[in-house]
Amino acid sequence: MIHDFASSLRPSLVMTGLFAALLGIGYPLAMTGVGQVLFPSQANGSLVVDHGKVVGSTVIGQAFTSDRYFQTRPSAAGKGYDGTASSGSNLGPASKALSDRVQAQVAAMRKAQPGKPIPADLVTTSASGLDPDITPQAAYYQVDRIAKLRGLKPEALRALVASSVETPTLGFIGENHVNVFELNRRLDAMAAKTPA
Amino acid sequence: MTFQATTFQGWLLIAAFVGILLALTKPMGLWLHALYEGRRTPLHTVLGPVERGFYKLSGIDPHEDQSWHRYAVHMLSFNFGLALLTYGLLRVQQWLPLNGLHYGAIGPDGAFNTAISFDTNTNWQWYSGEAAMSNLSQMLALTIHNFLSAATGIALAFALFRGFARAQAKGIGNFWADMTRVTLYLLLPLCVIYTLYLIACGVPQTLATSVDVFTLEGARQVLVLGPVASQEAIKMLGTNGGGFFNANSAHPFENPTAVTNFVQMLSIFWIGFGLTWCFGKAVGNVRQGWAILAAMLALFLIGAGVVYWQEALGNPVLHHLGVAGGNMEGKEVRFGIVASALFAAITTAASCGAVNAMHDSFTALGGLIPLFNIQLGEVVVGGVGAGIYGFLLFAILAVFVAGLMVGRTPEYVGKKIESREVKLAVLAIAVLPLIILSMTALASVLPAGLAGPLNKGPHGFSEILYAFTSAVGNNGSAFAGLTAGTPFYNGMLGVAMWLGRYFVIIPMLAIAGSLAAKKHTPESAGSFPTTGLLWTGLLVGIVLIVGGLTFLPSLALGPVADHLMMIHGQLF
Repeated sequence: MIHDFASSLRPSLVMTGLFAALLGIGYPLAMTGVGQVLFPSQANGSLVVDHGKVVGSTVIGQAFTSDRYFQTRPSAAGKGYDGTASSGSNLGPASKALSDRVQAQVAAMRKAQPGKPIPADLVTTSASGLDPDITPQAAYYQVDRIAKLRGLKPEALRALVASSVETPTLGFIGENHVNVFELNRRLDAMAAKTPA
Repeated sequence: MTFQATTFQGWLLIAAFVGILLALTKPMGLWLHALYEGRRTPLHTVLGPVERGFYKLSGIDPHEDQSWHRYAVHMLSFNFGLALLTYGLLRVQQWLPLNGLHYGAIGPDGAFNTAISFDTNTNWQWYSGEAAMSNLSQMLALTIHNFLSAATGIALAFALFRGFARAQAKGIGNFWADMTRVTLYLLLPLCVIYTLYLIACGVPQTLATSVDVFTLEGARQVLVLGPVASQEAIKMLGTNGGGFFNANSAHPFENPTAVTNFVQMLSIFWIGFGLTWCFGKAVGNVRQGWAILAAMLALFLIGAGVVYWQEALGNPVLHHLGVAGGNMEGKEVRFGIVASALFAAITTAASCGAVNAMHDSFTALGGLIPLFNIQLGEVVVGGVGAGIYGFLLFAILAVFVAGLMVGRTPEYVGKKIESREVKLAVLAIAVLPLIILSMTALASVLPAGLAGPLNKGPHGFSEILYAFTSAVGNNGSAFAGLTAGTPFYNGMLGVAMWLGRYFVIIPMLAIAGSLAAKKHTPESAGSFPTTGLLWTGLLVGIVLIVGGLTFLPSLALGPVADHLMMIHGQLF
């Protein structure tokens, strides 16, 4: 046993060093180099630049709380959509905190738009707190409010949502969803073209 | 079913997932078998010199046939050294490069926990990656373990295969050769392709640490970046599961689309599936491998079905508030119910521990299955290598039980199973419930333990139970409401992960050594057939009874009680 241990020292030490260099330095650096050349946009976070400023990432959700925009889901990441603190709420199914939170939000939504069924994703927090998407139902749910505030035709907004829906790959991988950041960019562009 | 329940599209996703994996099983098995035998592969042209150079510099003779205890000591020594390296790097990361966000040193208890966590292929994370780890720590302290703990697991499986395959042999192979070949000819090449695919789909790969975003509403949002894709690839393939970010594979930067999610799910299971085929080939009858895979698949599909069904049914507490449909709390819209449920079943069956949804917010029974999957011993496909060697321990028990019933000396794939093997197998299997239940009990009465849970009532107990189950099972997923970054939990869970890994491995290697020394017993008319439906059924039964039964009381206190509260609207 002692002999086995003694004979393991050199291989352990040297192999640790070699593998650390290969897997801990060489591999990630090489992948960074190749990735930056082949897919520069994606490798840097799929950022969207407008007038020299980074206004968002097409991959990551950002907070939309204004009634003039399509709103994103509630978020448990920091104070909401905090890119340095991704997290779900981790509230259990019989949690009073969860029930209270949902109840308050449902009440507010019912008051604003009585009689409409509540889309589940609009009153639940995502797993990451950075969910970029909402369901088409959640987008349609918000059309009337935005149309009224922005003086746009509801039919035009519904068409905007319909053309923004991404469908499952091959019909079964994924769910119908709408990227809220991209939808709101199109909304701003549409509003800019339409005289108020 | 009053509310939105499961859909055809959902079941199709599960069927396609299994179908694709079954088609990929033999190709992976063939490749693994070439590495198991040390045969030359096409990749040797490029990487052969690297392999030989590594041996030369380390003074390793790859042809040396090691006894089981020499194999074990060398494996332990290497892994201990790696853990020390990680501990050291985390303690001084503030002085090292690639730390653009100026993270401080990781404290001693946290570094201890993380070093063991990554060394044991657990990847339990008490910390939040984007708020604690420098890019250098992610690469050099963590990513290397993702490769080497996976390669160690596969090497150990090879050693056990040799125990069954060899006759009157002294050795069970060479640890260095097994581990190096798996890393160089399997994990690294696959990860290079996988990383590029992930980058193309939107996973960042940069040395930059963050970018400031000025949102459409005029707020400031800081996005943390880094070498994410290179870590993500091996995190899935090596069933490690330790995310770059706190939200793991739910984070859009780790798993941006439903298709990357599908590929991630496939990559968790792929090597594990291939290893069952490789085992069959190694012992001279591929049907032996398919029989094991059939038993694993039966257990997996039952679990996956239950999680999907429960999550699609949704939470009655929310239904009562007027929110119809499946349970979307803690889930991402792009994955939806089925891909979140399936991922949860896979990651816990496979000892991966990556998550794309928050298990803590699953319905009570939807959250019970992930917990139970781990409690079965991480043998339902299991971690790479660890799954198959764990399952073979159950196979030894199964032939023993069958032998008792018919009154014959048990045999398995040409080897007599005698008292020594059975005792060692029971020892390895008993470690799990012993540590999980005793540590959970302790944490449930000590103030330092009770300070952990976020949720109250039975769900709080479930959070503690899940943590120790995940640690001992080397899974790494969590009911993440638990505040685990305390000296108490870091220490306890660190020890739990270490015991859960090596106290299974040592008896397992002893079995390998003992089997290798035995004569080959040819199959006779009196042998219990270890292929076919009867055998598969027996395996499933043994895993459920021996692996699962011990945990039923604890499950009754946690998720089952939680379920009864949930359906009666009793809130905590």
